[in-house]
Amino acid sequence: MIELREVRKTFGDNAVLRGVNLTVPKGESMVIIGGSGTGKSVTLKCVLGLVRPDSGTITVDGEDVADPQDRDDFLAHFGMLFQGGALFDSLRVWENVAFRLLRGRLKRPREEARSIAVEKLRRVGLREGTADLYPAELSGGMQKRVGLARAIAADPQIIFFDEPTTGLDPIMAGVINDLIREIVVEMGATAMTITHDMTSVRAIADKVAMLHDGVIQWTGPVTEMDAAPDPYLQQFIHGRAEGPIEAVR
Amino acid sequence: MILAAPVARIGHTTLKAVAALGRVTIFAVQTVRHILTPPYYALEFWHAVIAIGWLSLPVVGMTAVFTGAALALQIYAGSGRFGAEAVVPQIVAIGMTRELGPVLGSLMVAARVASSIAAEIGTMKVTEQIDALVTLSTNPMKYLTAPRVLAATLTVPVLVAVGDTIGIMGGYLVGTTRLGFNEVAYLKNTFQFLEFWDVGSGLVKGAVFGFLIALMGCFYGMNSGRGAQGVGAAVKAAVVAASVLILAANYLLTEAFFAS
Repeated sequence: MIELREVRKTFGDNAVLRGVNLTVPKGESMVIIGGSGTGKSVTLKCVLGLVRPDSGTITVDGEDVADPQDRDDFLAHFGMLFQGGALFDSLRVWENVAFRLLRGRLKRPREEARSIAVEKLRRVGLREGTADLYPAELSGGMQKRVGLARAIAADPQIIFFDEPTTGLDPIMAGVINDLIREIVVEMGATAMTITHDMTSVRAIADKVAMLHDGVIQWTGPVTEMDAAPDPYLQQFIHGRAEGPIEAVR
Repeated sequence: MILAAPVARIGHTTLKAVAALGRVTIFAVQTVRHILTPPYYALEFWHAVIAIGWLSLPVVGMTAVFTGAALALQIYAGSGRFGAEAVVPQIVAIGMTRELGPVLGSLMVAARVASSIAAEIGTMKVTEQIDALVTLSTNPMKYLTAPRVLAATLTVPVLVAVGDTIGIMGGYLVGTTRLGFNEVAYLKNTFQFLEFWDVGSGLVKGAVFGFLIALMGCFYGMNSGRGAQGVGAAVKAAVVAASVLILAANYLLTEAFFAS
């Protein structure tokens, strides 16, 4: 379970998070929505320990992310799909996927790591021939799939998805959404996704949280989202220019 | 108020410079700690040795041969004023091994390597690859900085040794073909005159310069700003800082080694 309590973070004069409270139960898929610049990525990076909050606490299965007993061991439970893929240009596709399996505590023999990588690539719909290419030789959709394969390579218990469909055509976005849903269900993992793509939200989410003005404006099951009376949520999910959220931020 | 403004500016600049020095020092200490403690990334280290050492050989070689050749001409012309043309082999040798080999070779490596390290790591930062490393339980300092700094510290002295040799050969070529020196006598004068410390001091300088080159590349890459402009600024700052530090360190090391 992931728990955020009164998390605050300020960059210079810009108070991005102003007391975020959120609970993501084990095995559930939580999607955080919100406009650009509302602090969705910062929230995710705070949970991963990439950004240190100014105050508040974040715990994962009861362990404080700011001070885990063993950081490497702690991070081994996580998988993350980055917005741009964040694949390592200098490594082949399979070496990217098997990165964790080629070094550190999860290190395996090279051949075994490669076969796991090929298997994970197959799981996200990529042929074995892709394994020996470099990331620069792949299309945006394929890079996203490789990023997804890397995120699930070490069978993590918690997976983060940062804008998984940004920059993809609608069909490829649909493919990625379906893959994410299938993989999360199949692995029984806890998932935390940030996006502003409503199609993605409906495909991936069990629960939705809307971040606005540095706080969670609304949270609830995705099935209740459309009927919820919150004006901020309604403006956002229907993409209206008029409403309580200023269109020019 | 008007009079206070320049003073405030000086104070502000000084504080910024001291803060930057502090950050670089902490970065250097952390780098050394990561070099000395496991895990070690042998493959990354090997790639860095090839990129920094092996692939810099042509540029260092070209720099050395032309420097040695020009040095021979200058010393011949200069020493001719008091009839001491015979010292050309000795002065070329000492000039190359103690100063020009390490300094010019390292400046060329700084231009080539500090820039490429800063650009590579800076791009990794802006494309979230550094964050990805962290989420994959890999310390970026250990995986990116430590192998590069260690590789540069170990390979730049080798480049300096190669540069010294090629530089002396540049002087030899000009000396024997243009200035009328006897081939055997030129080489004999060179090797009889050179002492171990002439070469050794240059190699020590090379190690220090190599450390500074990779350190600056990594430091500015890791602290790169956003976007293409941020990476560009990081590359420029890395090359300028590495070059200035090489020249400053060269003076301090020369003072320490040779000032009597």
